[in-house]
Amino acid sequence: MIQSVLVMNTQGKPRLAKFYDFQPVEKQQELMRSVFSVLCSRAGSVSSFVDTESIFGPDTRLVYKHYATLYFVVIFDSSENELAMADLIQVFVETLDKCFKNVCELDVVFNYSKIHTVLDEIIFGGQVLETSSTEVMKAIEEISKLETASNAINLVPKSVSGWGTR
Amino acid sequence: MEQLKTIGRELAMGSQGGFGQSKEFLDLVKSIGEARSKAEEDRIVLHEIETLKRRISEPDIPKRKMKEFIIRLVYVEMLGHDASFGYIHAVKMTHDDNLLLKRTGYLAVTLFLNEDHDLIILIVNTIQKDLKSDNYLVVCAALNAVCKLINEETIPAVLPQIVELLGHSKEAVRKKAIMALHRFYQKSPSSVSHLVCNFRKRLCDNDPGVMGATLCPLFDLITIDVNSYKDLVNSLVSILKQVAERRLPKSYDYHQMPAPFIQIRLLKILALLGSGDKQASGNMYTVISDIIKKCDSSSNIGNAILYESICCVSLIYPNPKLLEAAADVISRFLKSDSHNLKYMGIDALGRLIRISPEIAEKHQLAVIDCLEDPDDTLKRKTFELLYKMTKSSNVEVIVDRMIDYMISINDSHYKTYIASRCVELAEQFAPSNHWFIQTMNKVFEHAGDLVNIKVAHNLMRLIAEGFGEDDAAADSQLRSSAVESYLRIIGEPKLPSVFLQVICWVLGEYGTADGKYSASYITGKLCDVAEAYSSDETVKAYAVTALMKIYAFEMAAGRKVDMLSECQSLVEELSASHSTDLQQRAYELLALTRLDVHAIESIMPPDASCEDIEIDKNLSFLNSYVQQALENGAQPYILENERAGSWNINNLRSHDHHEASQHGLRFEAYELPKPPVLPTVSPSSFPASTELVPVPEPSYLREVHLVSSVSDAGSSELKLHLDGVQRKWGRPTYSSPSSSTSSSTSQKPVNGVSQADVSSTIHSKPHENYGSRKPQVEISEEKQKLAASLFGGSSKTEKRPSSHKIAKASGNAVERSQAPKTTVVSNEAQVNKTYHEPPPPDLLDLGEQTVSSSAPSLDPFKQLEGLLDPSQVTSTGNHDVAADTKSPDIMALYAETTAITQSGSGGYSIPSSGDDVNLISGWSNATTNSSHGETAVTPASQSKGPNLRDALQKDSLVRQMGVTPATQNPNLFKDLLG
Repeated sequence: MIQSVLVMNTQGKPRLAKFYDFQPVEKQQELMRSVFSVLCSRAGSVSSFVDTESIFGPDTRLVYKHYATLYFVVIFDSSENELAMADLIQVFVETLDKCFKNVCELDVVFNYSKIHTVLDEIIFGGQVLETSSTEVMKAIEEISKLETASNAINLVPKSVSGWGTR
Repeated sequence: MEQLKTIGRELAMGSQGGFGQSKEFLDLVKSIGEARSKAEEDRIVLHEIETLKRRISEPDIPKRKMKEFIIRLVYVEMLGHDASFGYIHAVKMTHDDNLLLKRTGYLAVTLFLNEDHDLIILIVNTIQKDLKSDNYLVVCAALNAVCKLINEETIPAVLPQIVELLGHSKEAVRKKAIMALHRFYQKSPSSVSHLVCNFRKRLCDNDPGVMGATLCPLFDLITIDVNSYKDLVNSLVSILKQVAERRLPKSYDYHQMPAPFIQIRLLKILALLGSGDKQASGNMYTVISDIIKKCDSSSNIGNAILYESICCVSLIYPNPKLLEAAADVISRFLKSDSHNLKYMGIDALGRLIRISPEIAEKHQLAVIDCLEDPDDTLKRKTFELLYKMTKSSNVEVIVDRMIDYMISINDSHYKTYIASRCVELAEQFAPSNHWFIQTMNKVFEHAGDLVNIKVAHNLMRLIAEGFGEDDAAADSQLRSSAVESYLRIIGEPKLPSVFLQVICWVLGEYGTADGKYSASYITGKLCDVAEAYSSDETVKAYAVTALMKIYAFEMAAGRKVDMLSECQSLVEELSASHSTDLQQRAYELLALTRLDVHAIESIMPPDASCEDIEIDKNLSFLNSYVQQALENGAQPYILENERAGSWNINNLRSHDHHEASQHGLRFEAYELPKPPVLPTVSPSSFPASTELVPVPEPSYLREVHLVSSVSDAGSSELKLHLDGVQRKWGRPTYSSPSSSTSSSTSQKPVNGVSQADVSSTIHSKPHENYGSRKPQVEISEEKQKLAASLFGGSSKTEKRPSSHKIAKASGNAVERSQAPKTTVVSNEAQVNKTYHEPPPPDLLDLGEQTVSSSAPSLDPFKQLEGLLDPSQVTSTGNHDVAADTKSPDIMALYAETTAITQSGSGGYSIPSSGDDVNLISGWSNATTNSSHGETAVTPASQSKGPNLRDALQKDSLVRQMGVTPATQNPNLFKDLLG
């Protein structure tokens, strides 16, 4: 089972934190700090796997990938395959890339809830749900469409009127 | 103007798709991004929280605004600040009819709340309603929340709907419903146990995605209970086959691999189902070998599947072809430049060597590369592999490496881990006690605070008991070397407490035993310790007792004892100590010094820590005293369990204590005062040790004799540990029934081949030969090469028969190779010398070792073949092989007896002729009946010619591999035979 998905930038600022088993806020911070301190001490050419039993307890592994200014991190237990998890990160990033056309850190920051939506389509309750970025994109588009549709009914008039008053 | 700017920024920020944010949020993110310090960031966030707190509770906020507030709350909480004031608003938002708002609400609550939060109760109703919604996106959002927010108590509230959703028309919903059910199963297996059959049903779902999702819960279920799912093997195999053959729609491909995640899941499940089940495994072989063949090893995901296949191969009932294929994949992994693949390769190697230990040999260079890699993860994985490969032959190299690494790291968690591994390996495989003590010293010195106290007790007991052999000289030599090393170490600053305890104990017990050091020297050192670590009472206690022992031994030996002044002041100080334990020890020391020689001798006999202490449990020596008291009218003693009802608690004090805490007031009258519990011990009944805390408890009594000063708590485990040290049982390899059969099956083809033309097939078929080796032969050569590569010397790395005790390095050479074999060995060595230059003592040795070892590794089956050749010897041959695997000693004995009969000697002479292939096949045919009796001589002389040829062949192979050969390591033979 996947325990957590984290995205943080190279300065250690969290950009996304999803824990599939509940962790209190302080604990989340502590975990993210320890993960970051491990990650930033690793050189560029080493493996993507880190021994994190001291941080997350027994039977946990961590896989990370470094894209531009962001670390994507997945923490999981022995029922998952390390290389497959590395590819799961790949799927996630590929999907984000399709979603935002050349995704960058800013997209992640400013589309917080959308990132969560994407992630929820890929990982569900700690298990891998979907690994085809095309399928994920389809689902996301459908959600967006329906959301904008319901938006159009409820929100757009208001925002239009809002525009009018400005 | 301001608005225009905002719009411009919004556009520039790329916020598409209806997720637009307001200027405030953008500013917030921006200012946090620009914050120079954590403090500044905190200030900004706290300000934001204030704003949100104020605005979120304003009446009539437009919903769109509210949604943004919620997102901002989530963001704030991600940065580590408390946003609990807004939780209720997030909950409220889940009630909204608008899909966007509802989804945002659900997102927020899943991030904010845990399943036991008070607010959950407000959401359950909404979830129930949403699960029934017509809009499948609403259902999906609700299912998402279900996974995170429903706890054991609320499962029944939503369970019926979830089950209903298993038949939903949208596959996305079915998938999520299955996973939600799986989540319930994880949280509370009992609440959904009646629904488990649904998982099986969904396995046949039309949609492959749903089927794939079902594999997750099935994996969990099968992990717990394999047997009730054995019937699924065939269906799962056929699913896997279809997936691998690309029968699934194209949309399931990922990087040109057909549904890789489903394949991985299936392989994991099959591994569980096939483990130890020959029949089930038989059904899987074809599909797994197909997958390994077809897998694209250039993509990451392809390698993931390959790795999973290896895991599966290593877990199911072994199949030689698959093992070979797996070994090939591993060598590809290890040769790769990618650290990830190397890591996986090392991991896979660690799995596979459990079944076929010999494959490690091929990869020694790669393993050593990984060990020296700067990547910590890889290094640790490699240590794990080495740990699995450790045996007595390579333990020194491996443990040395581990200790070096242990010293170099700061991560205390891993330090503890690797220290315990070192201790474990040292206890299990120590080649000599001297080495064991040296190793333990190193471990204690660098990680003493991290290791278990029992390890220290073990070490003390080892020193006290000696080698478990009746060799008093060796024992005392060990002790003096221990004393010497401790006297050297003792001056170093900041030693761990545990280590100091060991040092004090050993110095007290044996410091003056060999007469090399004077009592005043040792006592001076002990006083220094007590002074330097004055805050550590345990160390001080050990030091004082050690002092007492030394004085006692001195006085018992009739020497005049002058207590050092520093020692006197120490004792004085301690007799006024706050710790009663220290006080008592100090007073005991003082009392002891005033006794006469005879009394001291019986109180503190030298070197008696291993002696049994007879404890008179019935305290019979007090009988007369009791009798007298009774006659004087005292109440008779009543056993605790015979005492009245409430007296079921063990002793008076705890009884009183419980009484007090349980009842505020007692209304019945107090019992008459009971006679005080008799003093259980008088010090004189424990002559050997004053440190002993006598506990009248049978299990303890049995173990006291080992180390009297060891605290009673750990004594039973201690005993267990030490057994490991002395007997050095190797770790069990693959479960023996299956391994023996597998070896026999795999031998057949090899035999056929080699009989046809042994000399030509040796080198062309190294794999088969590997496969034919007995699994019981542990990893063997690998370590020797490792050791050789690291140290250039082969003498260190001899393999030790597991049944032998530690120590006696000198006897080793004789022990391991029986008389007939030694001649062959020397012969072989000679041959090698003539043909090969002496080895350069560097890493290159490795390669050449591989070569030389490959030839000897042929032997076991050649023996078999030779034995089988004369048909009447068959049974003898089998016995021989069986004996081989146990211990050379048995072998030797057996050989002696069988040598009497013709056939027996014929059979035996073959294994004794060592690594010579041609000799065996040719010779055993020609001279079945001829050479008996002097087996030692005959094979040796006969083997000369063929040996040369063999050596030539080896040489050519060596050249093929581009390495320089070196002298044969005689130890290799041992591996073959035991």
